[in-house]
Amino acid sequence: MSSKYQPVIGLEVHAVLETRSKMFCSCPVVDSTIGEPNIAVCPVCSGMPGMLPVINEAAVEYAVRVALALNCKINLTSIFARKSYFYPDLPKGFQISQYEQPLAQNGWLDIETADGEQRVAIRRVHIEEDTGKLTHVEKGGQRYSLVDLNRSGVPLLEIVTEPELHSVEAVRNCAYALRSILRYVGVNSGNLEKGLMRIEPNISIRPIGSSEFGTRAEIKNLNSFRSLERATTYELARQEQLVESGGRVVQQTMGWDDARGTTLAQRSKEVAEDYRYFPEPDLPPLVLEKAWVEKIRKSLPELPHARRERFVATFGLKPYDADVIVAEREVADFYETAVAAAKVADAKLIANWLTGALFGLMNEAGTEIGELRFGAKQLTALCDQIAGGKVNPAGAREVLGVLFAEGGSPASIIKARGLQQISNTGQLRSWVSEVIAANPQQVAGYLAGNAPLLNFLFGQVMQKAGGKANPAAVRSELQAQLDASAK
Amino acid sequence: MSAVRSGALHELSAKQALAGMRAGKFSSVELTRTYLERIEQHNTRLNAYLYVAPEAALQAAAAADKLYAKARRKADTKLPALLGLPIAVKDVLAVAGMPTTCGSLILEDFVPSYTATSVQRLLDAGVVILGKTNTDEFAMGSSTENSAYGVTHNPWDETRVPGGSSGGSAAAVAARLAPVALGTDTGGSVRQPAAFCGLTGLKTTYGRVSRYGLVAFGSSLDTVGVLARDADDAGLILKVMGGYDPHDATTVERAPKLDKPSGKSLKGLKIGVPKEYFIDGLSAEVEGGVREAIAQLEALGAKAVPVSLPHTEYALPVYYIIAPAEASANLARFDGVRYGLREEQADLIDMFKRSRGAGFGPEVKRRIMVGSYALSSGYYDAYYGQAQKVRTLIRRDFDTVFKKVDIVAAPATPSTAFRIGAHGSDPLEMYLEDVFTLPANLAGVPGLSLCAGFDSQGLPIGLQMLGPHFADERLLAVAKAYQRVTDWQTRQPAL
Repeated sequence: MSSKYQPVIGLEVHAVLETRSKMFCSCPVVDSTIGEPNIAVCPVCSGMPGMLPVINEAAVEYAVRVALALNCKINLTSIFARKSYFYPDLPKGFQISQYEQPLAQNGWLDIETADGEQRVAIRRVHIEEDTGKLTHVEKGGQRYSLVDLNRSGVPLLEIVTEPELHSVEAVRNCAYALRSILRYVGVNSGNLEKGLMRIEPNISIRPIGSSEFGTRAEIKNLNSFRSLERATTYELARQEQLVESGGRVVQQTMGWDDARGTTLAQRSKEVAEDYRYFPEPDLPPLVLEKAWVEKIRKSLPELPHARRERFVATFGLKPYDADVIVAEREVADFYETAVAAAKVADAKLIANWLTGALFGLMNEAGTEIGELRFGAKQLTALCDQIAGGKVNPAGAREVLGVLFAEGGSPASIIKARGLQQISNTGQLRSWVSEVIAANPQQVAGYLAGNAPLLNFLFGQVMQKAGGKANPAAVRSELQAQLDASAK
Repeated sequence: MSAVRSGALHELSAKQALAGMRAGKFSSVELTRTYLERIEQHNTRLNAYLYVAPEAALQAAAAADKLYAKARRKADTKLPALLGLPIAVKDVLAVAGMPTTCGSLILEDFVPSYTATSVQRLLDAGVVILGKTNTDEFAMGSSTENSAYGVTHNPWDETRVPGGSSGGSAAAVAARLAPVALGTDTGGSVRQPAAFCGLTGLKTTYGRVSRYGLVAFGSSLDTVGVLARDADDAGLILKVMGGYDPHDATTVERAPKLDKPSGKSLKGLKIGVPKEYFIDGLSAEVEGGVREAIAQLEALGAKAVPVSLPHTEYALPVYYIIAPAEASANLARFDGVRYGLREEQADLIDMFKRSRGAGFGPEVKRRIMVGSYALSSGYYDAYYGQAQKVRTLIRRDFDTVFKKVDIVAAPATPSTAFRIGAHGSDPLEMYLEDVFTLPANLAGVPGLSLCAGFDSQGLPIGLQMLGPHFADERLLAVAKAYQRVTDWQTRQPAL
């Protein structure tokens, strides 16, 4: 982005509320990306004549959890509304959503940006039902569409932010923060590929310094954070180019073509988008008891942002490291368990081993924290061995590799593999003496002022020790003997 | 009991028929066969039934008879309340395995896999379903002329309409092609045909009977009701089918129990007579019949006082915004995608248009258009929003009046049954037929229409009684007291 324009971006996020049953019927919520089509369908969610919706209380509770986590004002009375349009994936010809009186509004969310922390306003949070899914196929020269209603009626939460994001980075961090909250409060696993969380940025640009809004384009079909970033970047550039060449941005819905890396104007579902909203007469207003809402508020876990602040303040972590750890509740829980069990290791050392070596192994293998073959306390045990000088970093990395592949206890792995660090002064002293005796030229060079030769000598000692010597002890012994020979 | 003789079983009311079966005087199979034979004999002319289920009915009747026989052997056998009683069901209520056309071509071949809660409760109580009765398409109409499957004829005068939209059910009960029938009432569709056919028609309080399985027309107005020969029969059905249903969020979990007259006397009962219901356009003969009936109620000890329901005149315009608005969304599901009529087209939008164009009749299309218009952006506040506000005023009218009186008595219709085709050219004329019945639906209150005599042409006159929410039993009790001292309800049309 050049410096002439400011991006103005808001997010509309649809998150599946992963309840057991659908929003308005008792059909199970199934993974609609795998398995047979139309296995979780009943007369209600397939829009048969005479069928009526009944509210799933669990979905309301899930929605309230998210709304509270986003610091929203909960409307104790909210109203379901019918949003009408014709499409084969919408069995009733209308979607039950919320319009004039949503479940919650006026919340906020703190995110990180290049310019520091930003508080992003949440305009509204409302409950609605998902549509079915169409698959377009061609067979024998005939093109037709297949309708799968497994997803029809699955509870969705719509979260709308104010258009207050001004960079691709802010968009990404806001999306991550939202996902993190959804996962923390246990309503959504945050999987974009499976469509459990769908992020639609609405993007416009305006000359820097202007306070007016430009015309926005909304982008759909983003099924990864990478697509979100790429599409946002692309769309900002497209709009800028358009405006710079004297064109005008038109308000439209764009689809992201991931393979081509471009946004494309989508055909609208209906010629004119008038959804003819009106209150759903089959459902009385949704009335929540204040005490019930308060009970949910009290049951909320510590949220990622607060946890991050605490980790920085209590454990002395760098904000970036704290962010990485708190992003997933399970990881943060793992970390806290590990820290609490520590005898010698400090919280920072544990954080380093968690976000460094362990995350590296996990990323490589695609393993989630919950799938590890060892527990948090094993990481602590390893860090205690490191801090206590029982194993050196190279050895510790090897131990971690074994833990990751097979599980077990660090102490026994160290023992079995003979990885105990050697800090025994007598042994170290004789290795150092031997190296100095065997390398007179290098010693002379070092003493003449060629400082890097020290590392060569150090390496020789470590080699002799089979990598198991305590590096710090080796360095100080080497230094001491060289100093002595200089005299 | 002379009626017990074979061939006269159809003259028994539902209550009498149940007593006869319990006493072993005749079987459900005999009773059911009697009705099936009468249907066979008269339905071609009357077109009251769209679908008759003789085999299923006789099977159910035989099963009922088995249970009766068991009860005679074993004294402690529990007998369901309506065991072996034949009934007819309006074709907007789903019955699993039977066609449910709603009087529309768009659902010509539709057979639901589920049964409406109201019907299921009756089935659980042992009823035998004879078949499905004719209706104005999607219950939109006041004459049954809007059915895609032909008009139903009024048994009292076959050149006349039976009223609507539950005209098939009304004609069936009046012609003794069923002892009792289910109807639905969104703007008068039970009370008006009851009035035209000389029956007792109960429109239940909104929320009293589940709408699950009732194909929706105007969801905030739709109610399931009964067309019966007298108040006793209507009460039998209500008792079984009413009550909370977890499948319908608008049913009420604990309906309040209201006072009702007991026994023969109506002493202490206060009846409000609203001046807004005695207006120009009300036929003199209907007014005379209704006033006479009110006098009869007074003779039983009730006190009639003039009252006012000042917003009555707005009921019609309000109704014809709210009902079509809700209908426009309710009928959107008939799109040719999953069931019902589909006109194959290469283009999706064309398929929607052609299927709906071919499947819906003119009145349904008119209401979908009116409703879509009323809800469209820019018009919502002026139409739908405004109508909702006035609806509140109409509801308040009733709240206020029912603080002073126990029930309201008024004519059910402006005239007696009109001739087939009389309102053919002007839909507004037809809409005016419902002018006295619409307010109760907008307010959600119960209403009852009963036969209060006949006009000079021998056509039934309907007295309408309205009560506060959940006063359904009160209305039935007043009707029963009236029917104890009159015999209009026992008269039968000569077929």
